[in-house]
Amino acid sequence: MIHTTVGDIGHASIVVALIAAIVAAFSYFKASSAKDFLSETSDQKSWRKFARLFFYLHSAAIFGVVGTLFYIIKNHYYEYHYAWDHSSNSLPIYYMISSFWEGQEGSFLLWLFWHVVLGLVLIHQNKTWEAPMMAVFCAVQAFLASMILGSVLPLVELKIGSSPFILLKDFMGSLPVYKINPDYVPEDGTGLNPLLQNYWMVIHPPTLFLGFATTLIPFAYCIAGLWMGRYKEWIRPALPWALFSAMVLGTGILMGGYWAYETLNFGGYWNWDPVENAVYVPWLVLVAAIHCMIIYKNSNTALKPAVILAIASFVLILYSTFLTRSGILGSSSVHSFTDLGLSGQLLIYLLFFSLLSLVLLVFRWKKIPDTEKEASVYSREFWVFIGVTVLCLAGFQVLATTSIPVYNSIIALFGIKSNVAPPADQMEHYSKFQIWAGIFIAILSGIGQFFWWKKMDGKKLWNAISIPLLLALVISMLVMYFTGLDQPAYILLVATSIFSICANAFILKDVLKANPKLSGGAVSHIGVAMMLIGILYSSGYSKIISLNNSGMTYSKEFSKEMNKENLLLWRNDPEQMDDFTLLYKGQRLESPDFAGFINKDEVVQLDNKAKVIAKKDIIYQAKVQYKKGDTINIAPENTFYEVQYSKANGDTFTLYPRAQVNPQMGLIASPDIKRFWGRDLYSFVSSIPTPDRDREWSELVEHTAHIGDTIFLNDFVAILQDVKRETNVPGVTLKSTDAAVRAHFKLLGKDKNYDVYPIYVVLMEDHMVGQIPEVVEDLGIKITFLSIDPASGTFTFGVNTTQKDYIILKAIEKPAINILWLGTLLLVIGLAIAIVRRYTEFIKMRNKGVEV
Amino acid sequence: MKKTHILAIVIIAIAIGVIMSTAGDASTYVCFKDASNMAAEGDNDKVHVVGKLKKDAAGNIEGMIYDPVIDANRFEFVLVDNNNQVQTVIYNQPKPQDFDKSEQVVIVGSMRGEVFMADQIIMKCPSKYEDKELKETASN
Repeated sequence: MIHTTVGDIGHASIVVALIAAIVAAFSYFKASSAKDFLSETSDQKSWRKFARLFFYLHSAAIFGVVGTLFYIIKNHYYEYHYAWDHSSNSLPIYYMISSFWEGQEGSFLLWLFWHVVLGLVLIHQNKTWEAPMMAVFCAVQAFLASMILGSVLPLVELKIGSSPFILLKDFMGSLPVYKINPDYVPEDGTGLNPLLQNYWMVIHPPTLFLGFATTLIPFAYCIAGLWMGRYKEWIRPALPWALFSAMVLGTGILMGGYWAYETLNFGGYWNWDPVENAVYVPWLVLVAAIHCMIIYKNSNTALKPAVILAIASFVLILYSTFLTRSGILGSSSVHSFTDLGLSGQLLIYLLFFSLLSLVLLVFRWKKIPDTEKEASVYSREFWVFIGVTVLCLAGFQVLATTSIPVYNSIIALFGIKSNVAPPADQMEHYSKFQIWAGIFIAILSGIGQFFWWKKMDGKKLWNAISIPLLLALVISMLVMYFTGLDQPAYILLVATSIFSICANAFILKDVLKANPKLSGGAVSHIGVAMMLIGILYSSGYSKIISLNNSGMTYSKEFSKEMNKENLLLWRNDPEQMDDFTLLYKGQRLESPDFAGFINKDEVVQLDNKAKVIAKKDIIYQAKVQYKKGDTINIAPENTFYEVQYSKANGDTFTLYPRAQVNPQMGLIASPDIKRFWGRDLYSFVSSIPTPDRDREWSELVEHTAHIGDTIFLNDFVAILQDVKRETNVPGVTLKSTDAAVRAHFKLLGKDKNYDVYPIYVVLMEDHMVGQIPEVVEDLGIKITFLSIDPASGTFTFGVNTTQKDYIILKAIEKPAINILWLGTLLLVIGLAIAIVRRYTEFIKMRNKGVEV
Repeated sequence: MKKTHILAIVIIAIAIGVIMSTAGDASTYVCFKDASNMAAEGDNDKVHVVGKLKKDAAGNIEGMIYDPVIDANRFEFVLVDNNNQVQTVIYNQPKPQDFDKSEQVVIVGSMRGEVFMADQIIMKCPSKYEDKELKETASN
């Protein structure tokens, strides 16, 4: 049966949300017509009340849409395309939450949801700014709601938005099954992309979208300020939110990087992919905006840059949305959203707010207060402003290159075909500028802080700076010596970052003594400097240690540039890699019911892919977890490859890199990471033999033997030890009349011997015989118990051989990566301290009724 | 001259530098014929070539060689560019795992003699959104 009501409710809620947002935006606009907030006329007051009512209605509708969509996913209503496409029966509840935002519609919804939450907070937090600011908010909401509308406009036949409540039969109605049964409902969904089945994917998207959503707040305050002629006053309420936004957006970006590091196999946390760049640039600009706002608060300069940058950070968020969702990136990005045909709408969204702000800015430009005074070289404003410039230029470089597909599209509008592609070596292209940006930021964040706290002249500066500078020099020398830094730019980046840490540490010491609440700046700058060091070492000095030394050379073409970065490991055949001896021990499965891994050879797969039966007792940490014949739940998609690393000095550890077999996406490898104090050892399986189902076996060779006989299988010798009656055959229910016998072979391998137990089953009632062969994976040999001849006392066995089991492994060492994560943590803490400070300031002034 | 002006000049200079470097580093989308011509003229710039895998009538991929037992770091395949020119491509990395399913392949690299050496393979897989087929169950 198709549940149409719930979808109708959802769709109706979207329509209500859209209309309510438009009404609220218009009413807030009317309410903002006052010249002065405090002298609100009764007419304006009623407009504002009316607008607020509609914003509440809009909020309720958005909550309704979210609830409805989740209800559909939760109850597995696969008659809805969204549920069918993104979820499946076996998904646990926390991944159902991720499937909610896997699709574009759901992620728009998440964005709408955060705006609503923030809007509700702001209405109550700041009543005087409510009308103009919420007018901007509601206009944004109207645009976003239209993206998920999915209705066709009458008369013009124009489809607006893509609804998450579309029925599967409306989406793919041409399928033959609907001709037979129009009410057909699939029994299971196609599931969540396995790469997204990761805990980071439960928290990363909401964090990132909260970051996106919060950039609207400084923008809305700024536009409201320009509009109402309150050019300066918007800064105070906007600043804590701008800081909050930088914190959340930064955390979101880093979480994405961390997810990529842990889950994807491109070997790092940052790939300069357009999707990543598209959020990195607005973040840089937002940080620059924050610095300008702080300069303004302290010295009444840099108001114009603050206005421009606050607007730019939001417009860049819109631009990044356009880039990643319109399909314009085409082949230049590996993982952008699918094109839902929203590009026109997204472009209008982008242009509307860009032009609106531009027009407003042009009309108000002359009125924005400015100082004619030249900033002195010894003033803090000067240094911070240089820092802002560096941030903006760094962002500009990334933006200029990421937009290459956009240039092609624009040129195409004039009928010219452009064939410009992104740089072949993106890492090199971006790094050569970003590293200098990093160096300047490190220097400026060190020096700037001294100016920040003291009135400076040349002599005082030297007094303050000499000790940290000297200390930094000494530490840098030591670090250089011990870590073998070689390239000039790398040396500079490390030295300047160490200087920044030293300088900020001195500042921090003084500030903590005076007023710990003000320590946010010093803490976050130390964090940034640590991040720079961590990034430099983990990327610049990451070392591939799985260099191939197997001796099998194949250098027909290019011996010089052969980068043999991947190593072949046969099962149970040790291989030397760097200073490790590696041993691939076999395939492992994972059970949701206990923490250890299950050896795939010790279990039998059942028809139900999520269940296996134990062939023998399964022991984990000296305890029997499962008895022979027990059924075990497993996670069917994942296979882990146990690889033991041992050093000559006896240090041994084991990694379990993972591969997922997915019908839609083929094989997906995820790394396993061994974390040391100063470095990570990162390994992943870059290739494996084709999985079981289409494994090729040699033709069966028959052998007949008595007990005690020796047979020869390829290069190996096997001795038939005995044949015994078996009462417990895992996976087979034996009745009293049935019989099972088990042969025991001792197979003599190169380094060790194997016990092989093929089984022969006779089911009397069903008049059937069955064979349960056993495979020796190490050798690629399968022995099947074919028949018994009671007259002569001989047994017949079949032997097939196949390729031995192996994996191709890539291992990379990433030094100092923990400094990056630690630095990130400090940056977040520093920003949090600053938020508290600026927010208390705002509340204090608001309650006094001053300048709000 | 005021400091602001000096600063402005420096910023403009850097911005121009950025644009020049973007233009200089940018690669191009070409066909195999152009790639060969470039190599013949001694131009070693890396290019992007867009193409499809060569398939026989039954839809099986032709000319793909990956034998990790011989060399795990050598993957050879045949790509047909948009002008239907067929070219052998060598990639000194293991075969990308979803390669067989890709609809369109973009390779980045340059021609070396008779073969195209790819440093990077970018695959456009038929998006899971379009490729899914309804598994029809017996229950209806």
